[in-house]
Amino acid sequence: MNKLNFLQPDKNNLNTYLYTGTILVALSIFIVFINSFFKKDLISFLPGSISFFLPLILGFIGLHLIRIDYSGLKFLDSINKNINTNNFNAFLSLLIVFVVIKSLPPLLSWFIIDANIAGDSKDVCTGSGACWTYIKIWFNRFMYGMYPNAEQWRINLSFIALAFLGTIGFFATEKFKKYLTLYYVVVYPIIAFFFIFFFISGGPIFFDFSYGIIAAVISIIIGFLIPSKFKMYYFIIVPITLYILLKYVFFYEELIELGKLEALEWVETGAWGGLSLTFIVSFFCLIFCFPIGLFLSLGRRSDFPIIKYFSIGMIEFWRGVPLITVLFMSSVMFPMFLPEDMFIDKLVRVIIAISLFEAAYVAEVIRGGLQALPRGQYDAAKSLGMGYWKMHILVILPQALKLVIPGIANTFLALVKDTPLIFVVGLLEIVGMLNLAKTNPEWLGFAMEGYVFASVLFFIICYAMSKYSYNLEQKYKTER
Amino acid sequence: MNIKKILPQLLTLLVVILIFGFFSYNAQVNMENRGITFGYGFLSQESSFDVQFSLIEYDGSHSYFRAYLVGLLNTILVSVIGIIFATIIGVVVGIARLSNNYLIERTAAVYVEFFRNIPLLLQIFFWYFAALRALPLPQDTEPMFGVFFLTIKGFFVPAFVWNNLDIFIYSIIAAIISIIFIRIYARKKQENEGIQTPVLSISIGLLIILPLLSFLFGGVDASVEVPVIKQLSQSGFTYEGGIKLPPELISLALALSLYTATFIAECVRAGVQGVSKGQKEAAASIGLTPNQVLKLVVMPQALRIIIPPTTNQYLNLTKNSSLAAAIAYPDLVLVFAGTALMQTGRAIEIVSITMLTYLSLSISISIFMNWYNKKIAIKEK
Repeated sequence: MNKLNFLQPDKNNLNTYLYTGTILVALSIFIVFINSFFKKDLISFLPGSISFFLPLILGFIGLHLIRIDYSGLKFLDSINKNINTNNFNAFLSLLIVFVVIKSLPPLLSWFIIDANIAGDSKDVCTGSGACWTYIKIWFNRFMYGMYPNAEQWRINLSFIALAFLGTIGFFATEKFKKYLTLYYVVVYPIIAFFFIFFFISGGPIFFDFSYGIIAAVISIIIGFLIPSKFKMYYFIIVPITLYILLKYVFFYEELIELGKLEALEWVETGAWGGLSLTFIVSFFCLIFCFPIGLFLSLGRRSDFPIIKYFSIGMIEFWRGVPLITVLFMSSVMFPMFLPEDMFIDKLVRVIIAISLFEAAYVAEVIRGGLQALPRGQYDAAKSLGMGYWKMHILVILPQALKLVIPGIANTFLALVKDTPLIFVVGLLEIVGMLNLAKTNPEWLGFAMEGYVFASVLFFIICYAMSKYSYNLEQKYKTER
Repeated sequence: MNIKKILPQLLTLLVVILIFGFFSYNAQVNMENRGITFGYGFLSQESSFDVQFSLIEYDGSHSYFRAYLVGLLNTILVSVIGIIFATIIGVVVGIARLSNNYLIERTAAVYVEFFRNIPLLLQIFFWYFAALRALPLPQDTEPMFGVFFLTIKGFFVPAFVWNNLDIFIYSIIAAIISIIFIRIYARKKQENEGIQTPVLSISIGLLIILPLLSFLFGGVDASVEVPVIKQLSQSGFTYEGGIKLPPELISLALALSLYTATFIAECVRAGVQGVSKGQKEAAASIGLTPNQVLKLVVMPQALRIIIPPTTNQYLNLTKNSSLAAAIAYPDLVLVFAGTALMQTGRAIEIVSITMLTYLSLSISISIFMNWYNKKIAIKEK
């Protein structure tokens, strides 16, 4: 038997140290546990401050005793390596464990044990816990805003259809893989637009917008037949001409009337709201801000001075102002810039404002990727006789975009988190709906439940997005 | 010059000019119809509205320009508070993320993932409408340490009443200037003779001793004014004296710093991880102590990675402080782009001033950052 030195535990008396230490640590955790879960103070016979610090002191001594290097016991070694490397670490570990044990009972009781979910009025919420009945009753409003109850199947159906169409990429066979980019960049947004325009709205809200979309579709289809030499001028001139033709020559209003589904009731955008509006706004902004950002980033690196300084101006302007002032501008200042008889829907204005705003951030992210590419890539592409667009589409952008997946994902995350700001123009997505419900005289005093509910929802959405972007990053990582 | 180079530029220019022309023509017509003339003269008119919380003297009889200043100062106040706390929390959490203690690392990770995945606006609402509403009324409040009162009406803290405050401030400025000179001297000595000067302890000493001297010999004198409860009506109480921090300010600063801290934590983590292991081993192998390794080798390189993105976060925090409008904290957006705009109806002037203010702030910071980046970039031979 070696001499016991409690200040420096060693391997020779492993068992003695181990048993004493384990008992002390277990005792300290047991005291805190009983105190926290069963409200019984086992050490109340001691004077106040000592009984408060006793578990900490006991656990600290216990952890000190079991801190034995290379003990040969796998479990003990891993504990020592991970949470018990020195006195300071042991102290912090104990503190974290105690805080978790202490805070579990109140949290559990608020969330589950004392909470109410039965019933359909606030009278059932008498306990000290959360009142989930409130969420249950208001759930419909939190999801769909003021959208009429009888029509909500339209939103559901559209979202399910769009989700299905969006996942088609995963099932595509090899033969169709090469068309996927075209599908996601052009076809899918148009399908989505028509779903929302004809189905969710059911009416003439996106008028001006749809002239543009139709003009773009026709010009893209014809665009494939044009020799590549003239493509650039073509894409600038033809859509604008088509737009003007459609609007002023072809009596387009009658075309719209033909396409309208008579059976569907028109729901104005002011009634849209809740989580579905969050999705709609972020979806469209996401679609629009990426191409705008791409062109701005290319423009910033362009050799043409006018285009270059225009792009720099755009990017720095949108990056320099807060989103809330941009939305203010779109709601109070922008109508001043339009002719008296012209009216653009609130939702459209907001989507344009947010798209331009986020596009500036996307542009800077993509520029980072473009700058990271070695010059040799440009030179090699040019030496093969590629023009500007061919070089960028086939060589530069695929590599640059791969590099900036995390950055773009972060920008998209920021976009989703920025959507609640549309309350400035009076559109109520889920956070706005919560604030409205909170002031309802029948349901006063349940702000906490609402915010916790929305936080959980947003956390799930954003966390899933960030994990997905991480997977993408890993998938497309190429050795350089 | 070939046409291929000129045509796209001309087209862009044409489109931009067309759009601007269209907008300004419409704006002119619209303003004529409403009978307003464009101009910034309204800034000197009497504003005739009140602001809840102001750092400078202000009431309805002051001008709109004064109201603008009130809003700007409030924005700066909440941004500075937010930046200080975000930096402290961010650095602590960032270092905790690098800890070899599993529990600490996990706790920090959970904090970062949780707070940065929830919209800032939601967090502000949570603190303002849910968490701070659970605080007691003024008359039921238990004082913290006897002098701080955290109530539903705000946080009441004691105020210092100063005599000869200017001398105190001069003493601090003098201390800072002398610290800068000592640093330069120490650096020269290090470079010429290789001898280290204990700059940190000298600096701290100076920062304590000089203000202390001003107390002893400069006639500086400070006393503490503790808030005292006062009855307004049958059931209405408040505190008088001291400084009142309104709940809007507290919840905004809290949300801003907790949210931005997560991003700063990630910057700190990336910075420290960005210093290659070889650097530390090389430093250790030439006989530097662990403290010297940290101070002379790791920190200078890590800071070079940390500072640019962190400045960006500070800028984001300042811009995000405009969310104050949602909970009626009288910042620039609420006071100027909200109340003043409603009263005058001058949308173009006011929104442009507000945007220009933020724009000049962020452009000046980004110019400074470009200069700083150039200065600290590794000069390869």
